[in-house]
Amino acid sequence: MNPMSRLLGWVDARFPLSTVWKEHLAEYYAPKNFNFWYYFGSLAMLVLVIQIVTGIFLTMNYKPDARFAFASVEYIMRDVDYGWLIRYMHSTGASMFFVVVYLHMMRGLMYGSYRKPRELIWILGMAIYLCLMAEAFFGYLLPWGQMSYWGAQVIVSLVDAISPPVALWIRGDYVIADATLNRFFAFHVIALPLVLVILVFLHIVALHEVGSNNPDGIEIKEKKDPATGIPLDGIPFHPYYTVKDIMGVVGFLAVYFGIIFFAPEMGGYFLEDNNFIPADPLKTPPHIAPVWYFTPFYAILRAIPQKQLGVIAMGVAVAIFFLLPWLDRGLVKSIRYRGNLYKVALGLFVLSFLILGYMGTQDPNLWYVNPVSRVCALVYFGFFVLMPIYTRLDKTKPVPERVTG
Amino acid sequence: MSEAQSDPGRRRFLVGATVAMAAAGVAAVGTPFVLSMLPSARARAAGGPVEVDVSKVEPGMMITQEWRGQPIWVVNRTPEMMAQLAKNAALLSDPESADSTQPDYCKNINRATTEHPNLLVAVGICTHLGCSPVDKMKMGESSGMGSDWPGGFFCPCHGSKYDMSGRVFKGMPAPLNLRIPPYTFLSNTRLLVGEDKKGA
Repeated sequence: MNPMSRLLGWVDARFPLSTVWKEHLAEYYAPKNFNFWYYFGSLAMLVLVIQIVTGIFLTMNYKPDARFAFASVEYIMRDVDYGWLIRYMHSTGASMFFVVVYLHMMRGLMYGSYRKPRELIWILGMAIYLCLMAEAFFGYLLPWGQMSYWGAQVIVSLVDAISPPVALWIRGDYVIADATLNRFFAFHVIALPLVLVILVFLHIVALHEVGSNNPDGIEIKEKKDPATGIPLDGIPFHPYYTVKDIMGVVGFLAVYFGIIFFAPEMGGYFLEDNNFIPADPLKTPPHIAPVWYFTPFYAILRAIPQKQLGVIAMGVAVAIFFLLPWLDRGLVKSIRYRGNLYKVALGLFVLSFLILGYMGTQDPNLWYVNPVSRVCALVYFGFFVLMPIYTRLDKTKPVPERVTG
Repeated sequence: MSEAQSDPGRRRFLVGATVAMAAAGVAAVGTPFVLSMLPSARARAAGGPVEVDVSKVEPGMMITQEWRGQPIWVVNRTPEMMAQLAKNAALLSDPESADSTQPDYCKNINRATTEHPNLLVAVGICTHLGCSPVDKMKMGESSGMGSDWPGGFFCPCHGSKYDMSGRVFKGMPAPLNLRIPPYTFLSNTRLLVGEDKKGA
């Protein structure tokens, strides 16, 4: 026996290294018909790693103190060697995280990946999404610019609308202040990343327990080779999907670094113009809007002319995703075999989400912003509330026995 | 110990008691951590009153002062602005300030003390989601707010509008009028924000 395999044997006697490798990579059988939409899970993990690594290096020069925070970010941008690159990787990474996660969720909606037996994967995924929103929100305060400050002020005021003592407790002061910045830093760099990593781990454990769904929405485990017990339509994750995912990584990195090098502010959508002005607690910028990934929910909040109801509607708009596995009464999982009702409903939902996202970036005094947001909010909620009805009425097509490639 | 000798009731009790003790311990340990996030003694002390010199605030002018980290507006309203206040009542959602926050001595149409009714002292934070509104004190077209604009304040975040007494107009996202802090006059030109004669 050569020394390497002896070492492996020594480890295996003390830790299930080879077993884990086999169960989760070399002998984890995934459906052979994954398509483009199946890139975004592994890409989300890539972005998580990028955010953690760039974040560690940013904390080496960032100062979580209201007097120095803004200047320390500018110091990173101007005086630290490659500081601009690390910071732009982190700020662009935040937006790309949401791009990738939204596409990943879209895949779930299209192919019914939240349906039985994958309800827990979906719920854990939604928990990751919530955690990611909190992580992004806390991180956005840290540069201590005008948008950081007033964005945090607005979001904490949402809590204030429900319970003022809780808002005071979150801020640690009567307004957004140094105490708030300091604790948001603690949440952003340690508390939430830990939770996020644990949730991602659980998401994958749950996925590997039941196995991946696929674009046909049928269970490959139902047709196994009687001799080996391996699903007939399954291929080992490694090397087939590790290699496929590397393709995805190459494509992703091209886009990602394209943005970092040529449009890191993305016309004010990734880094907002007002955030290049230091926070001024006495003066709100004339137009404030959250970063693009929150704007659909922000548009719903603004569309409702009553404060508490607006906050509740915004919360429900996010939380309602959790119920998806039980709202869908369709006979089939995948959009390929669904009827026109679901296709139209999903199309309208995606359209309303995009329009809401655009409206959330616009000045609320433009005559069309609130009326259009209201219509889109109705469509948005209608997609969920009416789902038990239209998925049941929908004329589905017969599902194939085996995956169709 | 074999299964026959075990006493399930006793075991349940012991498990329950252990869990209850552990929960009490977690609550006891958690309390100081949770309370440590409340405003510190320093933050609470910084909430003390501030003095404002209003001698240079001409009629139609407004100054902004910081108190507890919040913008405090002091507006010297002109007689025309004062005259407009009574005409606004029908347009407002809380014209009498019944549900809004102000000291009792400011619970009137001017939302100011009787000794200096023209001076509005208000917390310049929108009661909707905490942005600071901008002043649109000119009446009519020149304010950019439309020809029927009676003068007041406008919140850029979600479009809430207030009149010259900080009273919110009907149909706005903001539910209440701007808050009026406790304040008192030390002399005719010196104002103390954050404390009044009866002790805030």
